[in-house]
Amino acid sequence: MASQHGAPPVFNNKVVAWIDHRLPIFSYLEKEYHTFPTPRNFNYFWNFGAIATVMLVLMIVTGIVLAMNYTPNSELAFDSVERIMRDVPSGWLIRYMHMTGASFFFAAVYVHIFRGLYYGSYKAPRELLWMLGVVILLLMMATAFLGYVLPWGQMSFWGATVITNLFSAIPVVGDSIVTWLWGGFAVDNPTLNRFFALHYLLPFIIVAVVALHVVALHVHGSNNPLGIDPKGPQDTVPFHPYYTMKDGFGLTVFLIIYAAFVFFAPNSLGEPVNYVQANPLVTPNEIVPEWYLLPFYAILRSIPDKLGGVIAMFGSIALLFVLPWLDTSRVRSCTFRPIYKWFVFVLVIDVLVLGYCGAHPPEGGFVIASRLATIYYFFHFLVLLPILGKIERPLPLPPSIADAVLKKKAV
Amino acid sequence: MVATGAMAAVGAIATAWPFINNLNPAADTLALSTVEVNVKAIAVGQAITVKWRGKPVFIRHRTPEEIKEAEAVKLSDLPDPATDDSRVTDTAKKVRREWLIVVGVCTHLGCVPLGTKPGDPRGEFGGWFCPCHGSQYDTSGRIRKGPAPKNLLVPDYLFSSDTLVKIG
Repeated sequence: MASQHGAPPVFNNKVVAWIDHRLPIFSYLEKEYHTFPTPRNFNYFWNFGAIATVMLVLMIVTGIVLAMNYTPNSELAFDSVERIMRDVPSGWLIRYMHMTGASFFFAAVYVHIFRGLYYGSYKAPRELLWMLGVVILLLMMATAFLGYVLPWGQMSFWGATVITNLFSAIPVVGDSIVTWLWGGFAVDNPTLNRFFALHYLLPFIIVAVVALHVVALHVHGSNNPLGIDPKGPQDTVPFHPYYTMKDGFGLTVFLIIYAAFVFFAPNSLGEPVNYVQANPLVTPNEIVPEWYLLPFYAILRSIPDKLGGVIAMFGSIALLFVLPWLDTSRVRSCTFRPIYKWFVFVLVIDVLVLGYCGAHPPEGGFVIASRLATIYYFFHFLVLLPILGKIERPLPLPPSIADAVLKKKAV
Repeated sequence: MVATGAMAAVGAIATAWPFINNLNPAADTLALSTVEVNVKAIAVGQAITVKWRGKPVFIRHRTPEEIKEAEAVKLSDLPDPATDDSRVTDTAKKVRREWLIVVGVCTHLGCVPLGTKPGDPRGEFGGWFCPCHGSQYDTSGRIRKGPAPKNLLVPDYLFSSDTLVKIG
C-alpha cells in the first residue's frame, strides 16, 4: 500500500483496489494527505488551518442537533432555547459547545489569517487561495450574525436591527433590501424565519468554499516560515505521518482550552443581556456585537456619517481581497523583512485597540482612539504596504529550506 | 443566437422575480398596518409609546414652550431641513401643533431613542436622545446632532376627532 514519491499507489486490499479503479478516492487521499510533499520547517502556526476545519465540522454537527429542538418563531424561539438548556438531555452541553465553538472558530481563523499576513502566504502564486480565504471569513461573519439572532434575546433582536439597518445606507435600493431582509416593517417573525433558513444553509456553502481553498492550496502546496519554495525532496516531508501528528497535537491543545471554556466559563464570551427575551420597544443600554466582530464595529462607528461608516466597515475587509497586489515586496516571510515585520505587530495592536473601542460606548476618548485606529488600519494597507515593499531592503534569503533548517540545528 | 440568449435572459429574470418578491412582506403582515389611539389621557408635556407595525411610535403632547422652541429654529441649522408645521400635519392637511407623532426608531441604525418616559435623558435639544450612537433630536423630532442622517419619521396619521388618531 505504501508508495514512493510520484509512483501510483498499489492497494493490496481487493475491495479498495476495486473501488479505486472506478472512483479513485483512495489514490486521491494517498496523494493529497499521505505522500503529499510538505515543507519540513512548519511551526505551530501551520496548525490552524486544520484546527479551523475541525471547528467547522464541530459547528455543523452541534448545529444540526440544536436545530432538532429549536423553533424559529418569534413567540417560541427564546423559550425553545431555554428548553434546550434545561429539559433536553445534554442540550446545555451541545448549546454551549455551539456558542463557545463560534468564538473558538473565529479565534482559530484569526490566528490563521495572522499567519498568512506575517509569512506572506497571500503572495504569488497563492493569491486566489488567499481570496477564497477572505470569502470564507465573510461567510463566517454572516453565519455568526444570523446564528446570534436565533435565540431571540435582547441583543439578538437589537443586533439584527442595527446590522440590517446598515443596508439602508445604500443609495436608491437600500430600503428595498432592508424590507427584503425583514419581510415586514421591522425585525420580526418573518425575519427570524428567513435568518434560520440562511443560518442552516451558509455553513454548507462554507464547506464548499473550504474545499476550493484546499484544492487551491494543493496546487502549489503550503507556504512555510521561510517563505521560499521547496527545491526538492530534501526540503519536504510526507504530510502523513509528520503533519497529521503535528496537527493532531496542536488540535488537542486547542481543544483542551476550548473544553475549559465550554465547561467552566461558557457565558464569559457572550452578553448577559441576551438572556432577556427580545423586546422591540426597549433598546438595551448598549448594543455590542460578539468579540470577534468588535474591530469592524469600531470602524463602523468611528465615521460620523452613516453611509461612510458602512463603506469603511466593508472596505476594511474588501482591502484584504486586494492585499496580494497592495504588498509590493517580493519577499514572502517577515523573517527577512526587517522593517515590515514590526508593522505587522503594530497592525495587530491596532486591531486590538479597535476591538477594545468597539466594546465601549462611543464617548470621549474612545471616539478619538477608534478614529485614529481606523485611520491607521487603512494607512497600513493603502500607504505603508505599497511603499515599504519598494524601500525596504530584505535580508538575504537562504539557498534552500534544508540548508536553513540544518544550519539552525548546527548552531 | 442573440435572440435566443436574450429570450433566455428574460426567462431567467422572470423566474427570479417570484423568489425576490417572496421576500416582501406577506398579506397578513401588511394587514396589521394601522393602529387607532385615543390621546385624551395624555397630559400636556407627556408622551406615550404605541406599537405600530412592530415598531414604537411616540405620541407627544407638546407644551407651548416646546412648540415655540421647535418653530424658532432656523432651517439652515438643520441637517435635514423641515419646518415644524410640516411635521405636525395629518393626512387631511390639518395642522395640530400640540401633537407630535413620530416613529420611535433612530434613523441611524434603528435603536429606540430615549426621551418619552419621564426621567429619560432628552438630549441638548429637549426631544430625544439615542443611547446607541449618540444622536440627538429636538422637540419636533428633527435630527440636530450625532450620526443619524434624517429626522425621526412622521408616519401617516389622521385625527378622526380631537382625541382619536389613526396611525398608518
